Amino acid sequence: MSSREAVLDLLRENARYSTDDIARMTDLTAEEVEATIEALEDDGVIRAYQAVVDVEKTEPERVRASVELNVTLDRETGYDDIAERLAKFPEVKTLRLVSGDFDFAMEVEGDSMSEVSRFISEQVAPVPEITQTVTHYIMETYKDRGVEFGDGHDDDRLSISP
Amino acid sequence: MTFEESERLETVPPSGIRRFFEIAEEYDDVISLGVGEPDFAPPWAARDAAIASLEQGKTSYTANRGMRELRERLSTHAAEKYGLTYDPDDEILVTTGVSEAVDLAFRAFLNPGDSVAIAQPCYVSYVPGAQLAGAEVVDVPTREADDFKLTGEVLDASGAAEADLLVMCYPNNPTGATMTKAELEPVAEFAREHDLLVLSDEVYADLTYDHEHTSIATLPGMRERTVVFNGFSKAYAMTGLRLGYAMAPPEAIEAMNRIHQYTMLSAPTTAQHAAVEALDNCDPDVAEMREQYDRRRKFLLSRFEDIGIDCFRAAGAFYAFPECPWDDSAAFAEALIEEERVAVVPGDVFGAGGEGHLRVSYATGLSQLKEAIDRVESFVG
Repeated sequence: MSSREAVLDLLRENARYSTDDIARMTDLTAEEVEATIEALEDDGVIRAYQAVVDVEKTEPERVRASVELNVTLDRETGYDDIAERLAKFPEVKTLRLVSGDFDFAMEVEGDSMSEVSRFISEQVAPVPEITQTVTHYIMETYKDRGVEFGDGHDDDRLSISP
Repeated sequence: MTFEESERLETVPPSGIRRFFEIAEEYDDVISLGVGEPDFAPPWAARDAAIASLEQGKTSYTANRGMRELRERLSTHAAEKYGLTYDPDDEILVTTGVSEAVDLAFRAFLNPGDSVAIAQPCYVSYVPGAQLAGAEVVDVPTREADDFKLTGEVLDASGAAEADLLVMCYPNNPTGATMTKAELEPVAEFAREHDLLVLSDEVYADLTYDHEHTSIATLPGMRERTVVFNGFSKAYAMTGLRLGYAMAPPEAIEAMNRIHQYTMLSAPTTAQHAAVEALDNCDPDVAEMREQYDRRRKFLLSRFEDIGIDCFRAAGAFYAFPECPWDDSAAFAEALIEEERVAVVPGDVFGAGGEGHLRVSYATGLSQLKEAIDRVESFVG
């Protein structure tokens, strides 16, 4: 594994690992780790650092929905143009072009169901290229970005074993 | 008639590890670096296969030697990974953990009064196992100066030349020491020259970090005198499923199987189904766990260096074996639990050459490991 891959791997696991600890785990110097991270940021590989949050435990609780969008293209308008327009809305948290029955998979977040519904009906659906929206409210999150949201397993190993 | 212990059992002392277990159990806020098993669960696909086999009622005995489809996969796995060629028909025996397999070998090949050279420090069951088979144990203490590798010099000095059988385990529990092909060559030469059988416990083979694992059985003239042991407890994190295996020439497997068929009949069936799936589809899980151990290893060795604890660069298993800052490692380990709530195992319980060291397991999540080392630092600082 290259040092670039190793550093990226560790940051994807836990973006709060200190430079010193990353250096220890990769056999790099702290300076090399800093330089690697800077290069990853400059190259646009690392876009941001964010916490994985269980929104059900936040106050006030946030409402999230995943929305399937179908679109129609014409000579002047491609996927990128539509995506660029949708991505500007702060309510839109993720936006991906996907294969299959619909075109875009979008995740939106708001303070309430009515706010999210209003956003879809008043801001998204009227976009001329969008032919259909299907909104799924998220009821329960079990795993997000590789992190399981359960209580975790107790370590039931013997405290000392041969 | 009373329950008086047999004379043979009287030669076997109680496990030295037990006392530390009892001390650690007195506190509920101990971070334990004293655990000899992975902190991961077995790969989900393997667990799922075990569950499916139970649902389908596949719970009867298997062939004494283990399920044919498992032996076939073990044969392929050993060939692809380590260049070992063993026939699934008559050169592989599936056992209830490696411990059973080692015990079978002792009982199958030793006569009372035979002598067994055991490279130490080592896993706690080899010495009692040899004693229970009526053999005399020749301690072969490896040295920190050699990074706890087995050398021709140490073998010569210990009197192992007179022994009938040599027991070795690399990558090693408790030291984390490993041996390269070049380092194994003098050991193989010694075994050939003095006509020793070799029991080579390679249960940590897949957890070798800085170089490739080499099995001593691949060296010239060694296959015919070696029993290779491996299992699913460490690399596949399947400790409680109790599954190991032995690979050796047909006459050795036949002898071991003769005891196994009467005492165990067959290894746990559910575990065998899990193992088939593990070998078929769980290489990526093993690689991921290995990567995690390797990071922790580097982290731990680097912290030891920073806080002034001497430790050779352990390159295998999930143990480091640093020098104990105090002369008495048992007293240090006890005080560390009492004062800082960190459990490690004093080296002397692993036999000759272990005194003055501590076994520190990194089969523990990184955040716990960090906290534990911070506490060790404040204790020795």
